[in-house]
Amino acid sequence: MSDLEAFRAEIRAWLEENCPAEMREPVRDEGDVCWGGRNFQFKNEAQKTWLERCVAKGYTVPDWPKPYGGAGMSPAEAKIWREECARIGARPPLSSFGIWMLGPALLKFGTEEQKVHYLNQIARGEIRWCQGYSEPGSGSDLVSLQTFGEDKGDHWVVNGQKIWTSYADKADWIFCLVRTDKTNKYQGISFLLFDMTTPGVTTKPIKLISGNSPFCETFFDNVVVPKDQIVGELNRGWDVAKYLLGHEREMISGAGGGDRLNAIGAVVARNGLEDPILRADLAMFDVDALAYACMGEKFLDEAKVGRAHPAQPNMMKYAGTELNKRRHELLMSAGGATALEWDSERTNGGTPSRSWLRTKANSIEGGTSEVMLNVISKRILELPGA
Amino acid sequence: MPLYHTEDQAMLAESVTGFMADEGGIKKQLRHYRDMNCQDGFGHTLWKQFAEMGLTGMLAAEADGGLAMGHVEAGIVLREIGRNLTPSPFLTTSVMGVTALSGGSEEIRGRWLPGVLAGDSVLAVAVDEGPKHRPERIACKAEKAGNGFRLLGRKAFVVQGASADAIIVAARTSGSDTDNDGITLFAVPKDAAGINHENLRLVDSAMASNVTFDNVELDGDCVIGEVDGGRELLNKVIRAGRIGAAAELTGVGQGAFDITTAYLKTRKQFGQLIGEFQALQHRAAHLYSELEIAEAAVIKAQQLLDGNSDKADLMVSVAKAKAAKACNLSVREGVQMHGGVGMTDEYDIGLYMKRDRSLAEFMGDQYYHAERVAQLSGY
Ligand SMILES: Cc1cc2nc3c(=O)[nH]c(=O)nc-3n(C[C@H](O)[C@H](O)[C@H](O)COP(=O)(O)OP(=O)(O)OC[C@H]3O[C@@H](n4cnc5c(N)ncnc54)[C@H](O)[C@@H]3O)c2cc1C
Ligand SMILES: Cc1cc2nc3c(=O)[nH]c(=O)nc-3n(C[C@H](O)[C@H](O)[C@H](O)COP(=O)(O)OP(=O)(O)OC[C@H]3O[C@@H](n4cnc5c(N)ncnc54)[C@H](O)[C@@H]3O)c2cc1C
Repeated sequence: MSDLEAFRAEIRAWLEENCPAEMREPVRDEGDVCWGGRNFQFKNEAQKTWLERCVAKGYTVPDWPKPYGGAGMSPAEAKIWREECARIGARPPLSSFGIWMLGPALLKFGTEEQKVHYLNQIARGEIRWCQGYSEPGSGSDLVSLQTFGEDKGDHWVVNGQKIWTSYADKADWIFCLVRTDKTNKYQGISFLLFDMTTPGVTTKPIKLISGNSPFCETFFDNVVVPKDQIVGELNRGWDVAKYLLGHEREMISGAGGGDRLNAIGAVVARNGLEDPILRADLAMFDVDALAYACMGEKFLDEAKVGRAHPAQPNMMKYAGTELNKRRHELLMSAGGATALEWDSERTNGGTPSRSWLRTKANSIEGGTSEVMLNVISKRILELPGA
Repeated sequence: MPLYHTEDQAMLAESVTGFMADEGGIKKQLRHYRDMNCQDGFGHTLWKQFAEMGLTGMLAAEADGGLAMGHVEAGIVLREIGRNLTPSPFLTTSVMGVTALSGGSEEIRGRWLPGVLAGDSVLAVAVDEGPKHRPERIACKAEKAGNGFRLLGRKAFVVQGASADAIIVAARTSGSDTDNDGITLFAVPKDAAGINHENLRLVDSAMASNVTFDNVELDGDCVIGEVDGGRELLNKVIRAGRIGAAAELTGVGQGAFDITTAYLKTRKQFGQLIGEFQALQHRAAHLYSELEIAEAAVIKAQQLLDGNSDKADLMVSVAKAKAAKACNLSVREGVQMHGGVGMTDEYDIGLYMKRDRSLAEFMGDQYYHAERVAQLSGY
């Protein structure tokens, strides 16, 4: 047996032994996702046990180094971990902006002290993070942001407003883009970390078309941020911000696994599929979805060893989110009138329609599809003037 | 296995890329043989060079003098063939033909493989009997006659059929047209009496033949594999053809894309490069995504085939359908973005459009394969 085969056997046995049966059921709704954080309420004992067991082994962040709370897996080993989890349908033990976004940025730009401190908190699910990028006047044109941090010697005083801050009302800390030099557009932004309980931070939930309110307006009124809570250099936060966006886009693309890679025809057909034209559309969709799943695998294989184009996450995000919107349009058509039910019990509170509406944000959040196409044109195709 | 080429495969790709660009280019091959109205539709000198590079026997077993490589490696060659629109019997001979013969006796392999490996002979594969790919239906009959068989029927769209030294024919030796069983593969030599070719030029300048077999007498040695039990081998040949065509399509799509983006960077209108217009940039970026995804599906299917996975069949259909969709988009956008010159014979982009059409049809188009994806998925 090769080393990797032995590793696979070891992971398979561990999962068999340690992943509770309830954690092998598909995620039905938001409540099934374990976000961690100071105020997180576990849905059941199994969710808590699953998290604790994974934390003990470093499996919440399998490819992070061990000193930072990971399991130190190589790319090939991490792929085996994903494949074995997918094989039994194991849910992610922990989902968080810390794992997907801040963690990779800290691994690249953080000081050793910051890495040990913040990464371990993330890996153990102790601190839940939110992302303070967008502002009312700065969406796609993010670099125009105005939230200002005034230098007060050993700290900054931050004033301004963020918007669309996902889970700001549930998060413990925020990673935030703050202007620290008004005279330089790109090299005048710093990447700051601070506690959401700091005096002067307030949040106001915003209701989505899906009826849920997962994001907020976030206000900063003379918020004091100590100087050691900066990631990267002063005024060079844009580099950190862009690097993080690459990981955010990779996450939103769904390349890492889960239902964004699935075909749907067979599932739909279980409830009857009488319309031949819908069946044809589903078949064409499945071709695209199954091909995209291959792309997800290829992208991760290449990204982990530095072979992917650095701008490739933009392509993944574009293709993956447009596909996911198409998936839910088809699921709505297949569901017929039942899928229109907004709060009935048999739809688990309108899951089909609420999920469908939620997918419309996929091609907006983390950078819109149009912005992704702009980036591909410029950085990959090197088209003029892009 | 990661979804990118190993070091050996990357080295092969490098040498094949250079070779095909130098020797297999559009001017030297496609336009040259087209303009002289060559009835083979390809050049024998280049085929000989393929042999010198060791490409003709890539898929053949080492015992047969081949390199015992797989579909990933064959796909590397096909992608470059596609990118250069190189007219070549490689897909029908070295991929499909060799796959068929490899399922036959030592005797039949000894009869045909040495010529193929040396670049002296060419094979064609005759499966379909109408204008669309329908391998489930085989009516062409081979009746028992003495020690051998008598072949009677018709095969359509036999690429390079009239130039082939042997045609590999899927014929019915028992049962009715749509039966799964009762299929036998034959290697029918070119000079057998009773073969009639309607040799036709296709839109992409390739030659294909509608072949009629009018009581062609075959001795028992022409049988490849088992009598009546040829369906499995036929499926193997067809799968090889499908994934091969898919790989070639990704090359065609990429070639069209490359010359189009180059054009966007040189053509000026309204006082600026047309590549500066966002309307074109977004379409080019979308096309890039589709081509990347198609390539991923193709390499995944190749690896699954080489690993004899039971998921290979589904993924081959996904790959053929996706490659056809992406390549078709590439050539359509290519011609459109070239404006008026895209319609001229002088520019190469139109040649890509023609090749895409032929390859999309070969071994099943996107509709055929989407239907298979549905069926194999259980709906
Ligand atoms: C569900 C959800 C969650 C989010 N979570 C967060 C979060 O946690 N933290 C955070 O900071 N932000 C978050 N966002 C905000 C998100 O990043 C922004 O919505 C996004 O960047 C787009 O900005 P905008 O909404 O201002 O749209 P605009 O930038 O005003 O765009 C409007 C339209 O114009 C198009 N457009 C803009 N510029 C161009 C151009 N140059 N070329 C072509 N078309 C263009 C856009 O594509 C879009 O279609 C979230 C958004 C959503 C929907
Ligand atoms: C079969 C045929 C017959 C013709 N017959 C005649 C005739 O009888 N008489 C005559 O005078 N002309 C004729 N034409 C020429 C025809 O009008 C031009 O080809 C057409 O106007 C496009 O110009 P172009 O070829 O220079 O392409 P270009 O203008 O170079 O366009 C190249 C690409 O860039 C795009 N593009 C250009 N500008 C923009 C922009 N601002 N925004 C976004 N995209 C842009 C175009 O849509 C196209 O995709 C004929 C053309 C053809 C193909």
